[in-house]
Amino acid sequence: MAVLTQETPNALAAGKLPRWAPWAGVAIAQGVSFATFAVLQLAVVGAAEFPVAGAVVVGALLYVVGIVTMSALVEGRRKAVDRLVTSLVVAAFLVAMVPLVSVTITVVANGVNRFDPEFFSWSMRNVQGAGGGALHAIIGTVLITLTAAVISVPVGLMTSIYLVEYGRGALARGITFFVDVMTGIPSIVAGLFAYALFALIFGPGVKLGIAGAVALSVLMIPVVVRSSEEMLRIVPNELREASYALGVPKWLTILKVVLPTSVAGIMTGIMISIARVIGETAPLLIAAGFTANMNYNLFDGPMNSLPLFVYTQYMQQGNPVEAYIDRAWAGALTLIIIVMLLNVLARLFSRFFAPRFGR
Amino acid sequence: MTTSTALGKIRAKQRPGDRVFSTTAVSAGVLILVTLAAVAIFLIVQAVPALPATGEDASILRRAGNFWAYVGPLVFGTIWAAALALLFALPVAIGIALFISHYAPRRLASALGYVVDLLAAVPSVVFGLWGILVFAPAIQPLYSWLVDNLGWIPLFAGPVSATGRTILTAALVLAVMTLPIMTAICREVFLQAPRLHEEAALALGATRWEMIRMAVLPFGRSGIVSAGVLGLGRALGETMAVAMVLSPTPGLISAALLQASNPTTIAANIALSFPESYALNVNVLIATGLILFVVTFLVNAVARWIVNRRKEFSGAN
Repeated sequence: MAVLTQETPNALAAGKLPRWAPWAGVAIAQGVSFATFAVLQLAVVGAAEFPVAGAVVVGALLYVVGIVTMSALVEGRRKAVDRLVTSLVVAAFLVAMVPLVSVTITVVANGVNRFDPEFFSWSMRNVQGAGGGALHAIIGTVLITLTAAVISVPVGLMTSIYLVEYGRGALARGITFFVDVMTGIPSIVAGLFAYALFALIFGPGVKLGIAGAVALSVLMIPVVVRSSEEMLRIVPNELREASYALGVPKWLTILKVVLPTSVAGIMTGIMISIARVIGETAPLLIAAGFTANMNYNLFDGPMNSLPLFVYTQYMQQGNPVEAYIDRAWAGALTLIIIVMLLNVLARLFSRFFAPRFGR
Repeated sequence: MTTSTALGKIRAKQRPGDRVFSTTAVSAGVLILVTLAAVAIFLIVQAVPALPATGEDASILRRAGNFWAYVGPLVFGTIWAAALALLFALPVAIGIALFISHYAPRRLASALGYVVDLLAAVPSVVFGLWGILVFAPAIQPLYSWLVDNLGWIPLFAGPVSATGRTILTAALVLAVMTLPIMTAICREVFLQAPRLHEEAALALGATRWEMIRMAVLPFGRSGIVSAGVLGLGRALGETMAVAMVLSPTPGLISAALLQASNPTTIAANIALSFPESYALNVNVLIATGLILFVVTFLVNAVARWIVNRRKEFSGAN
């Protein structure tokens, strides 16, 4: 039997390319492309920088043309179209990875130049050229973002409680709709709103940390509402009903049963919403302004923030230029590390503290 | 059994705790509506003085003459950049969503989705820095090549920008920034496609692409449309990346993609002009912001309306 199956061709596998064909195809196509580019460069261009990106793209095109032609010859038109689409879909994913990888590499590579203790212990007061740091911007970011969270979390959480536990009819539908629309407000418009609001109270030209916090909370509230609402909705109704059956009032049921069950998810949502607004630049540029000095007072004068530090270091370059660019990259690296930490913490939080409904 | 009907409707006991709690919840919800209304009202109040202004009242209007001539090119630039970004991003987003939902190995799928979400976590100012210092110089040779070889197409007309800081670069950066939200929505819809339809298609001998074309894409069409519209809304309002990457020319309306002079967007123009503005110039900028607010509000409302309509009919949620 064993001998038989080896010698007669498998009827089910006939008229198909072998399973390793795509992988081999990629390897051959890239190999041919790189070899051609290398030969061309040696023969024609001379000692220029090797165009890696060009070679990869040509290799990918070569692969697609090759595999589709072979598939059309061996497997027929329908399978060939399927292979074409598969290549395109995979290519779309790889193309999206290019900016992510490129951003990560360049930010880390350029950011480490000034990622030193001085960067985290100095402000930019009276600093010309090299040296200086972003302590004032980090303090500002922490103060403004925390204030925004203090405003947004109660409002967002109570709104989501309203939508899940109380909301019926037109008001609830309206709030759901407008919260969705609010997630799409351009961040700079939020900044203009906060500026307009505080300019009305304190006169035109006002720049305050608290105005920045208000602008950020306009952006943050809808995110908190959406994520907490989702978490409250997955709390099983049996828990609420069991609580009511024991005679517990509704508000205590929410406070003692619903919220503790969903607290992990809500915390995750809050952390992710903080990560979302901590990198916002435009609203702070409009509402909170920028300064080279330390400022611990949200209600007095402009307050710098980390994204704005990156922006101003790049846009207002002095001499030597490298000092300013390096500070901008170091600020970008710090910002990305903070955002990633928040994201990772949020995921860990939801993984370890999520309620277990089963046994 | 019979006594319960005789009692009539049972009224719940009103407790003060319940009253306080529900009132707080309602007022939090109403506060959101009030905030949204306040955004509109404050912007309108600050914008009204700018509408009849001329070049003599506000220095920022000196070149254009009046407000509408000033805002026209900005509106064009905003829509043009966002439309280009959508053109690049939507096909890629659909591809990524299909890859994650139907092509990638099951065990990898959620991790890959998380990786795409990481793109959304990168702050826009970092994208701006990357766009201007890394991406623009890297793509400039391609622009030179396009102008040399395809310069007869009006879109690619020369002379080519030497820095690569053109509206096409800005649109590409915008496309990268709008990818995550579009991918997330498309992925969600594709995952909800009825399993039985997919399996039926495969059982009838369809290839994977035929299965997707017959069972997944028709189901996800409204999801794709709303993803596109939401992405468009993001691209319209994105500020810092455009402000940093684009080298703007005031008052220009031009569709050429690769030249050194480019139309700019409303949001980028506000970010660049606001810090130095005073008096009526501030009102002019806020008025342009109001226009941006109205446009993005409408775009988002349309997108949400499409999503919600689909929810009601599909029975998916």
